[in-house]
Parts: sequence; structure tokens; C-alpha cells
Amino acid sequence: MIANQELLDYLIKKHGASILDSAEPFGLLTVHTGRENVLDILSDLYAHDSYRFRFLTDLCAVHYPQNKGAELVIVYHLHSLETNTRLRIKAFLDINDPVIPTASELFATANWMERETYDFFGVIFSGHPNLVRILNEDEMDYFPMRKEYTLEDPNRRDKVDKMFGR
Amino acid sequence: MVKMVEAPDGVEGAGFFATKLDQVVGMARSNSLWPLPFATSCCGIEFMATMCSHYDISRFGSERPSFSPRQADLLMVMGTISKKMGPILRQTYEQMAEPRWVLSVGACACSGGIFDTYSVLQGIDRVIPVDVYVPGCPPRPEQIIEGLMKIQELARNESQRRRNTPEYQALLESYNIQ
Repeated sequence: MIANQELLDYLIKKHGASILDSAEPFGLLTVHTGRENVLDILSDLYAHDSYRFRFLTDLCAVHYPQNKGAELVIVYHLHSLETNTRLRIKAFLDINDPVIPTASELFATANWMERETYDFFGVIFSGHPNLVRILNEDEMDYFPMRKEYTLEDPNRRDKVDKMFGR
Repeated sequence: MVKMVEAPDGVEGAGFFATKLDQVVGMARSNSLWPLPFATSCCGIEFMATMCSHYDISRFGSERPSFSPRQADLLMVMGTISKKMGPILRQTYEQMAEPRWVLSVGACACSGGIFDTYSVLQGIDRVIPVDVYVPGCPPRPEQIIEGLMKIQELARNESQRRRNTPEYQALLESYNIQ
């Protein structure tokens, strides 16, 4: 295990201005950065001689509607198998400009996870080889996991109460 | 002891038996339904129990689950059908030859069930016509067997050429099939 403090010191020394914030919820080191630096940090940690963060366990998004100007956050979970250390990197995006460079050239596994994130949150991963919906039907014209929909339309007609009384 | 199907009503005499062709064909059809299991989730597990020796739908003539729609008479839809699966289910139905029946097993196939959400089809009767609904979440094998027996009843009593009746054609028309 690499100590959180050692890793954080390294990141601040190496990437200084691009580390905007950091926290350790449940002992998991989390650093915040901007979309223009995220790939640099990922590839640096990937190529590092001893840290070797070469496994992208998860890539997903979260929508915080009240966080104006930085509504969407893209979360990268990294794992260094050799040192058994985990690290989380977050990048915040404006929902009106949800563009971030793709990590699929660095991690092949990012390909489908980015497609999923696009499918549910509408995040555009620039440079992705095939950014199309992966789970939902192709005809869908909205991003269902964004917190911008009312809970239920009282006038909806796709459930027949007469037959399936709810 | 083997229980045989009872002969339909007819005129019997020494060395002959006369009845209506409809009834003979209906009897034969209802006791040799080939089901196509379209199992997508937990109701499918319940169907597996129904199919296996303990409950055994073979007793009702469904000896051979057909995994090709082209040789199947009965489409058994068991499980949640997502909106993305809808066109595939519909294509499966379209590939089946007449006569064909549809059994919708479980709350999800009948109405979407608990999945009242953007990705789930709220009942398969939005894409294909359904003959018998089996409620339950999931239904017990006994209920699935009862559904199958209701389909047998339909097969036994329907006119031989249901496909030619104006009601049936109007029904398919309403689903834009053919």
C-alpha cells in the first residue's frame, strides 16, 4: 500500500496547480482536477515506475444539479494491482459543455464505461472511437440518469390503472 | 397409468366414429403445443422448474420446447422485457407460423411489474397480442401450468382457421403485423 499522504505529496509536487482539492472519505484518497489535466494525471500514474496505476476499476458520472457551473462530475477509480492501492480522481464539468477527453487510448476498458456514461449522462468523451449508446435503445433522445425529470407525470397513459390498479 | 385424451363428441358405431374435423384438429393441436420459452429473468427460472420432471409440462403435450420460433406454436414470454428487447420479441412473434398463441407469464411481462421506469416496456401487449396472462411475481409452476391449460382450451375450441377471421386480422392490423 502506498500511503495516501505520500501519493498526495507526489501528485501535488508533480501536477501542482492541476490538483484543485483533495479528501480522504473512508480512507480512499480522492483528488479533484479539471478536464484539461485529467489525462495527464492518469497517464503519469500509469507510467510511473513504482506506483503503476494500470487498472481503471470504474469510470462513471454523478449529477449535482445544485452545483451551478460544475453540475457533472466524472469519477475515475484507479487501482494499482502491484501495490494494492486505490485512488479516485474527480473532474467537474459544466452541464452545458459536458466535454472531456477520452481515456480509452490509455485504458481499453474505458471504452465501454465511457459509452455507458454518455448513454446515461450525455457526457461527450472527445476522441472516443465509437461514442454511441450502449445499454438504452438507440432511439432514446434524453439522458435518463440526469436529475432533471419530474418523478411521474400524473397524465401518463402507458400504465392502465383500470387493469393493473396501482 | 397413462391417461389418454378423451375423444370429442361424435357418432359412434361398429367400426366407425364420425365427428367434426375442427374438433379433431383442435384436440390434436391442444395436446401437442410446442412452446418457445422467451425467458429473460426470474420467471424464466420458474419456467425451468415447470419444465422439469417435478411439474413437467410434457404431461400436457408440450414435450418439446422449441428454441426456433419457426416450429413453435406457443410463445411463452417470461420476465421483464426492456424497451430495447421489444423489437426482438416482436420479430420472434412475427417469425412464428400460424396458428400461434402467446402466454404472458409474470407481472413484468403483463404490465411492467415493479419496473415502472424509462427502460422497461410496460406490458408486452404493447408490441404483440397476448392470449393468456399469468399474474404473479413470479408465479408458481402451478400457475404457469394453469396458463398453459387455458391456452390448450383456446387451441381446442378455436375455429381451425382463426387466422382468417376478421377479428383476428383486425387485431394483428392494430399491432401493424403483416
